[in-house]
Amino acid sequence: MRAPPGPLDYLRRWPLRAWLAAVAVFLYAPLITLMAFSFNDSKRNIVWRGFTLKYYALTFADADLIQAFVNSLTIALISTVVSLVLGAMTALLLWRFRFPGKPALEGALGLPIVVPEICMGVAMLVFFTEVLPWPTEAPWPLNLGSIIISHISFSFSFVAVVVRGRLASFDRSLEEAARDLGAGEWRIFREVLVPHMQPGLIAGALLAFTLSLDDFVITFFTSGPDTTTFPIKVYSMVRFSVTPEVNAASTLLIVITVALTALALWLQGPGVTQTPQAGEGLLP
Amino acid sequence: MNGPIIRFEGVGKAFGRTVAVDDVTLEVGEGEFFCLLGPSGCGKTTLLRMLAGFETPTSGRILIDDADVSLTPPNKRPVNMVFQSYAIFPHMSVAENVAFGLRIDRVAAPERRRRVEEALALVKLEGLGGRRPDQLSGGQRQRVALARALVKRPRVLLLDEPLSALDAKLREAMRAELAQLQASVGITFLMVTHDQEEALAMASRCAVMNEGRLEQLAPPADIYERPASRFVADFIGQVNLFEGVVVETRGDRVRVQCADLPAPVDVPSEAEVHTDQAVWIALRPEAIELWPRDGEDEASAARAEPPRAAPAVVRRATYLGVASVVEAELPSGRIIRAQHPNRGRRDTDFRPDESVWLTWEAGAPCLLLR
Repeated sequence: MRAPPGPLDYLRRWPLRAWLAAVAVFLYAPLITLMAFSFNDSKRNIVWRGFTLKYYALTFADADLIQAFVNSLTIALISTVVSLVLGAMTALLLWRFRFPGKPALEGALGLPIVVPEICMGVAMLVFFTEVLPWPTEAPWPLNLGSIIISHISFSFSFVAVVVRGRLASFDRSLEEAARDLGAGEWRIFREVLVPHMQPGLIAGALLAFTLSLDDFVITFFTSGPDTTTFPIKVYSMVRFSVTPEVNAASTLLIVITVALTALALWLQGPGVTQTPQAGEGLLP
Repeated sequence: MNGPIIRFEGVGKAFGRTVAVDDVTLEVGEGEFFCLLGPSGCGKTTLLRMLAGFETPTSGRILIDDADVSLTPPNKRPVNMVFQSYAIFPHMSVAENVAFGLRIDRVAAPERRRRVEEALALVKLEGLGGRRPDQLSGGQRQRVALARALVKRPRVLLLDEPLSALDAKLREAMRAELAQLQASVGITFLMVTHDQEEALAMASRCAVMNEGRLEQLAPPADIYERPASRFVADFIGQVNLFEGVVVETRGDRVRVQCADLPAPVDVPSEAEVHTDQAVWIALRPEAIELWPRDGEDEASAARAEPPRAAPAVVRRATYLGVASVVEAELPSGRIIRAQHPNRGRRDTDFRPDESVWLTWEAGAPCLLLR
């Protein structure tokens, strides 16, 4: 016989289970449909006509699509690294020092997060035509520069905000303890501060990477004919017809992002995943 | 006291307009267990932090082994600190925490391992080197903090309220253990605490501070029995204070007339006082004895020469197990606290409104000039 559900055993009551199931369906059903139909043996891709891997072969054969894919990954990678460094440095600056204009900088940091993307896009378009005309015919990957710069300009704010939040919980006596034990500034930064910032750095990097990888609006305004990214390429393909090729390409993207997220969480180490286990001993 | 390791010479520290430490001069000798004692905000922690190097004195200088370290950064001083919050590095194991300082000093790995083992054994944490800090209890975390500081073999170990985060039972056990540890490693300890019992129990010498100033510097027993000021008398334990004027001085005794007491009181003192000087008398509650006042014969205590008794009426008696605290009212209306030890038989039960005599030994009262 099973014991009746306890006061906090929400998941053992049916209304909450139903709710949870509904949430799961709305969140994941579209994705699963997308993945399933990437194996559909039908050009129109409306009804299921049998399993095939043909469209994956087509995807890999589509040089334009692969180029767009490689572009997207390159942009995401470079903009993540740069915004991680810039964002972490900004967060440290705001956390550690007092200087004139600090409130202004703190306010400005939130701007790229709240300003509508379409405005950012137009602004970037104007900037790269009027102020800094970018040589789009430059050799790869330099021709991606304008897109990379615009991605950095919004994703570094996210990194800074996340890392700043993490720094707020730093116990200053740890820094003093390290100094007391003989550590200089650099040692303290590397061995005490960075380990503390690490979860924020990883979360910030993940945010920056995914924001960059799937950005459409801003990229749309800054990309040229030779600098298509994956979302833009998919958009142009969909305008003709939704073939399973689009599904196949999207599935690949999903698999890559999930794998990267898993890798990041794994790199984050046991410290984070262990926390929920703290209450283990309390369970019957 | 052996030769001084630490010398504070007229050290002061102001934060803006707030004076945290005001002209403190004191010396700490080799091998001492020195205690800085005072209420919160008295400047004791600031003084400790100046010695560690986290604050710079605004006046005076600090010497360690006769070298002026006033401007030396914390990482270049031969002192190590146990922080109030312990400040254990959460991302390192216990052994890594303890090894941190040695790694910075570039101690070779085999030597480092040996010394870490040694330090962990010293604080009774053998075999726990692999634990993560979040798997430790509060007491164990404190031991890690101790080991981490001691492993560097500092000239002076600084302890900032080391026991305040522990529960009462553990605190008492750690008191004895800390004192024992200090004796066995022979390193000079400098501890900051607001807990007078802690200071009395552990210190070889105490510095009582108030509002940034040094009030008294003496061994614990002297601080308790011969407080230098009303502040010290009141801060350390409980005390009855009487305001009075000097009526007569004769050698090692001073006769003081207090408004609250029926007769002048003789106080042993070698202080330089003159007649009509305003002074205070301190009487500890446990120095006051109570007698039932049902007959006239006990009144002989009052006629004793010198007089050391006062009539009173019990207002409240609180039974505390080891003793009873009696609050008695003098004819002047002043309430006196007396502590009456319970010696097995409860033959002397004082009830409210009972008339009593308060008496004390001739040597019990203490003269305070400020």
